[in-house]
Amino acid sequence: MKNNLKTILFNGKKYQTDKVDSASFFASQICKQNGELQDSAWQDGVSQEGELQDSVWIVNGFATKEPKVLENGDELWCIKKGEMPPQDALESMMSARHTPKVHNALKQSKVAICGLGGLGSHIAIMLARSGVGHLVLIDFDIIEPSNLNRQAYNIDDLGKPKTQALQAHIKAINPFITTQIFTQKIEPSNIPTLFSGSQIVCEAFDNPYAKAMLAQHFHAHFPDSVLICASGLAGFGDSNAIKTHKINDRFYVCGDLFSAAGYGRGLMSPRVNICAAHQANLVLEILCAKNGIKNTQKKQQQSKQSKKAKQAKTIKTSKNNQKQATKKAKKGNK
Amino acid sequence: MCINGENFTHDSLSLLEYARLKGLNLELIALELNGRIIPKDEFNDIIFKQGDKVEILSFVGGG
Repeated sequence: MKNNLKTILFNGKKYQTDKVDSASFFASQICKQNGELQDSAWQDGVSQEGELQDSVWIVNGFATKEPKVLENGDELWCIKKGEMPPQDALESMMSARHTPKVHNALKQSKVAICGLGGLGSHIAIMLARSGVGHLVLIDFDIIEPSNLNRQAYNIDDLGKPKTQALQAHIKAINPFITTQIFTQKIEPSNIPTLFSGSQIVCEAFDNPYAKAMLAQHFHAHFPDSVLICASGLAGFGDSNAIKTHKINDRFYVCGDLFSAAGYGRGLMSPRVNICAAHQANLVLEILCAKNGIKNTQKKQQQSKQSKKAKQAKTIKTSKNNQKQATKKAKKGNK
Repeated sequence: MCINGENFTHDSLSLLEYARLKGLNLELIALELNGRIIPKDEFNDIIFKQGDKVEILSFVGGG
């Protein structure tokens, strides 16, 4: 006899069934058969008729309202809207959303962030949301009112060390991240201890001398680690001038390279965030590449670009042909 | 030698001379010489030679 049983992971538990149709139908079957959903937080996710209700359905990491026919090995989660799911459900959902390969690669990685201001506080939060497992947060300063225009802190945080405030924010966002904090200045003498074990270090200082100091000393101690610096992000507008510049495999600089903060050109939230996102995005790219995970998006982009280039070529040649034809026609008229 | 995309015909040129020439503050730069990031301790001894590929980045403030 042919075995038609499909294994479905539903809310963290394995089920085997041959009746699987759509996610909601499956859930309603489970609901009827086992009474699994009766007393749980998920019970409002599906009606007796098997229709999706006011809940969030996540099939293989993708939140959907479409009825999807489940395949063998699919992972299905149903979460009541606006409620905190159990922690293991939360982690499993994150894993599904980012795909298990990426999730595991990021989870075992360690990244240090130097300076927790406009750049660093946002880099740390983006990496925490992405599930980078270990973050080292370093800053000597406390939070003051002038920070609130661009840094990821609240009025309640005023006066607290940035390290402690950010650690608390991260815990509230993603409780699976371990954070290590150092409330101190980074100097050439403490570079060897602060960054040991970190695969990637993000430079997120405000002071240009501090930026250069780290770049000048870092690789002498950690020749195989990656340093991602930032330079040129003050002011507003011209978003696309901010770029990721690769100096070599272990040294990158994000920014427009010239917009210094100064009188008449202050630091403003969007542009600082764009640069912070460049740095955080590069961290993910490097960590995934290190773990042998291919960036499919890049491939798609490249093939799109080459298609566009081909199209542009054909348009050009056809235009040239037209031009030549009209030239010939004009000559003929003469 | 090629420094930040600019070709120099000098047989040799020290980092200190180049910095003087361009008005660079060595406390604000990162230096890559033929693919290697040069530690600060070596700055005083760096001499660019024919065929060298040099990238010098001057940091600006803000973060």
